Amino acid sequence: MIPQNIQLDSQGRLRHLLTIEGLKRQMIVDILDAAESFTTVGGQAVKKVPLLRGKAIVNLFFEPSTRTLTTFELAAKRLSADVLKINVGTSATNKGESLLDMLRNLEAMHCDMFVVRHAESGAAHFIASQVAPHISVINAGDGRHAHPTQALLDMFTIRRHKKEFAPLTVAIVGDIMHSRVARSQIHALTTLGVSELRVVAPKTLIPSHASTLGVHVFHDLTEGIRDADVVITLRLQKERMESALLPSEHEYFQQYGLTPEKLKAAKPDAIVMHPGPINRGVEVSSEVADGPQSVILEQVTNGIAVRMAVMSMVLGRAPEGAAQ
Amino acid sequence: MQSNLNVDTLIAKMAKELNARLQSFPSKQVLMIGIHTGGVWIAERLHQLLKLPQPLGTLDISFYRDDFSRIGMNPQVKPSTLPVAVDDKHIILVDDILHTGRTIRAAMNEIFDYGRPASILLAVLGERSGRELPIQADVVGAHLSLESHEHVKLMGPDKLSLSVVRTP
Repeated sequence: MIPQNIQLDSQGRLRHLLTIEGLKRQMIVDILDAAESFTTVGGQAVKKVPLLRGKAIVNLFFEPSTRTLTTFELAAKRLSADVLKINVGTSATNKGESLLDMLRNLEAMHCDMFVVRHAESGAAHFIASQVAPHISVINAGDGRHAHPTQALLDMFTIRRHKKEFAPLTVAIVGDIMHSRVARSQIHALTTLGVSELRVVAPKTLIPSHASTLGVHVFHDLTEGIRDADVVITLRLQKERMESALLPSEHEYFQQYGLTPEKLKAAKPDAIVMHPGPINRGVEVSSEVADGPQSVILEQVTNGIAVRMAVMSMVLGRAPEGAAQ
Repeated sequence: MQSNLNVDTLIAKMAKELNARLQSFPSKQVLMIGIHTGGVWIAERLHQLLKLPQPLGTLDISFYRDDFSRIGMNPQVKPSTLPVAVDDKHIILVDDILHTGRTIRAAMNEIFDYGRPASILLAVLGERSGRELPIQADVVGAHLSLESHEHVKLMGPDKLSLSVVRTP
């Protein structure tokens, strides 16, 4: 069991962001509110604010990523931090240097934050438990466990369109079983108190304990998204086909692919989301992905503001014990 | 401190002074910007009195403060909205109280991240001693004489009034 409370400092402020699980509702709302104020920075002639001037942020990506890495880097740069990217594939860990040795070296270079993506669940927690007291860790996705900034940017996108969470019916469609995005979204949506949360997938892609998370399980897409306000489609990893959890891409699309016809079951003003990258014609048809109800590219834009908010809240804490 | 200050009277006086100063600028080139929160309240009233054709801009300078690492992130930051480009505009920057000058420094830094204005005028409801930077206001509603342990706060937004807070 991973302890949740290492995320918070002795005054209950966010020191690391590792998972949504255990975060108080007000903390999530504070992050979304802060993100709102960062949305205008992209519209300035100089797309920068000086908040994190002089801070050094290291992107430690042990797993490939384009969107998440790029938006973290842009977010850090718009806060005027210095950013470096360690290409772990080619770094000294391949020469036999241990992860901890690498962390010690980065600490010795006076870095302030590690943004970590790793294929193993719990990797960011492990690093957070090992780093020096002045360093913060942001989880940019660990195994099947959590992807908290993705869930927060999704909440931000939903709030911008729907204002309140309480009346909403939200359906998450796709590979719930292996998805860290879905897990973080479920924690966030439950904490924010949506009216109904549904997961829609074939039996092989839903964990058997799903209903204990407070969600309603559906195996039929049309039923699952009926009268929904928000439809979140998830990326289907190709390797799930190979491991025989699914018959074929074609068959998956037939049953679970979101098309304009099927989307009619949801509310007329429902929004369609996807964390990217999209497999067009697998999780969602191009007509839907590029259609008027899609907010998929807004999610990408919002990701920058949300990551700016998280970074500045974590690094912008007054020293512990200091008078407020 | 003078306890009989009427904020509306001070604003009317500021508007008159500003009006005289703005005669030399084409009115379309004038952009008024209020600093959150009190400065916006004052600016809204001045903007109305002066009948400026350009919409009012608002600035939250939290991201430009020089004490961020000491006081941390305030999630209740409001977005800055500059509805028109600041390039080549004559800016009237409005705040409630001019004290150390650090807020104005931060506001000017932020404005320059949006573009290059033609000029900036500073209009404040009240100014007091305690400047830490070489910054002075062009238009002042009231000169306040306060002890260093006294602070003045603008209450609003519906009915504006000034009140003095004493820190022991």
